[in-house]
Amino acid sequence: MLEEKFFIRLSALFTYSLIAVLAFIIIVIFYKGFAALNWDMVFKTPRGGYYYGGEGGVLNAITGSLYISIGATLIAVLIGMPAALYLNVQLIRYRRTQNTIRYFLDALWGIPSIVYGAFGFTLMLFFGMNASLLAGIITVALLISPIMVRTFDEVLCTIPKGMHEASLALGSTRTETAFRIMFKQGFPGFITAVLLSFGRGIGDAASVLFTAGYTDNIPVTLDEPAATLPLAIFFQLGSPIPEVRDRAFAASIILTIIILFISIGARLLSKRYSKTNLK
Amino acid sequence: MGKPYISTNSIEQLRILRATEPEAVLRVKNLNVKAGDHHILKNINLEIPKNRITVLLGPSGCGKTTLLKCLNKLTDLYRELKVSGNIYIDNDDILNTTASIPDIRQKMGLLSQRPYPLPISIYKNVAYGLKLKGVRDKKLIAFSVEKHLREVGLWEEVKNRLNSPASSLSIGQQQRLCLARGLAVKPSIILADEPTSALDPTSSKIIENLFRDIKKHYTIILVTHVLRQAIRLADHVIFMDDGEIIEEGSPVELFENARTDKLRAYLVDGN
Repeated sequence: MLEEKFFIRLSALFTYSLIAVLAFIIIVIFYKGFAALNWDMVFKTPRGGYYYGGEGGVLNAITGSLYISIGATLIAVLIGMPAALYLNVQLIRYRRTQNTIRYFLDALWGIPSIVYGAFGFTLMLFFGMNASLLAGIITVALLISPIMVRTFDEVLCTIPKGMHEASLALGSTRTETAFRIMFKQGFPGFITAVLLSFGRGIGDAASVLFTAGYTDNIPVTLDEPAATLPLAIFFQLGSPIPEVRDRAFAASIILTIIILFISIGARLLSKRYSKTNLK
Repeated sequence: MGKPYISTNSIEQLRILRATEPEAVLRVKNLNVKAGDHHILKNINLEIPKNRITVLLGPSGCGKTTLLKCLNKLTDLYRELKVSGNIYIDNDDILNTTASIPDIRQKMGLLSQRPYPLPISIYKNVAYGLKLKGVRDKKLIAFSVEKHLREVGLWEEVKNRLNSPASSLSIGQQQRLCLARGLAVKPSIILADEPTSALDPTSSKIIENLFRDIKKHYTIILVTHVLRQAIRLADHVIFMDDGEIIEEGSPVELFENARTDKLRAYLVDGN
């Protein structure tokens, strides 16, 4: 009894400690950055001397980050969804192949993002490209694709095999079962997977450092360089001017709010589409 | 043997049934299923009579579910299973045919241990198989949906909420929906793998009554562990153990005059 009480309290302590750490991070960001946060910051691009305390904002980084993460997420969904369905439906008889593919995807998931950045940079040089929005999108897509496939895969693994068999028994082919039944049943989970991948994409600095470059302008075409919020935070935090460092925290607030909005949207969508699903 | 398992009146009715033995709708010859070194089904030979309820009895792990999965080729999903032999449905050997697997599966409705309604509405669940068959006429689909929901006694309960998710139904209603969904594709055989094991007694009784009603039009193969259910429903009984058919025949033959020790022991334990 004493032992059980001890472990319950220990578990509760760790759980609430994690929440406290998250709350502490948010409090620090808001405390340090709220004063620097203004409409100019959100709606203006940097003017001359912005990184020395001059006027302007980080609209270039906000748009760049959104372009890169939305583009990369779309590519990763297009790669990840068929890959996960193939893994779970077509390869259902080949357990060893399934497990080998999962092993490689897990290994890819664990590779540090700077390695993806270096790989993207090598590809960029090979194709004679400059640092650009396209190179950033491709590199981030490579970074988040294994996360997307494995998360989709985990969602599909939770779908009861009986449902798969029920659909086949009604006379559907494996492809029809994959797209009409498995996709539908897994949809709420897929939304979470997309969110996870998007969050990883928008928050990563290392993969876009060499590939997307950095610019004070909003990119109009795919071959122009693009600024991103994590790099904007990185550059501003390195400034010796306290006012600029505070702007780094303000940019962090913007990044956090973007992720928060996407998270809420995803939860609402997930809730809406899970109504028809078998629990 | 101890006291009789079924009443004298029932025995007489079963004798009459036996005298009018129907033609076999499904024949299995030399069916073997192996998973590596494990011989799951050993040289199975059987005939399933048309428009009758055939009950597969036997202890867990004896191969009943594997046998059902062979019949609608769901064993194809398991690469480790090596299936050999012949399964004739309407004189077509489904294990050695060039016919499409979905077409073969549509000849057999499947009812599993727990219901798996598809993650769509009640209406779409019943219409799903029809659409797979290429039926596009909305009136025909609506007619069929109503007909089969009525057939399983679900129409009155769901007619005002056909667009609600199938998952919103109770588990007993879900199982009846799964039966309606299976009947809609016009199978000749219904494979029922312990269909009442997850249901409460009332829902189980409804399913049993349904089976009695629909056997006029369908051949039913029922796997059950409930001996009393087997006694109530069976027209033909197959007792399996360790991948083999130990005894086969009418309920009278098996339940009253078991020839083997294995069946006798099973009946004593089951009773």
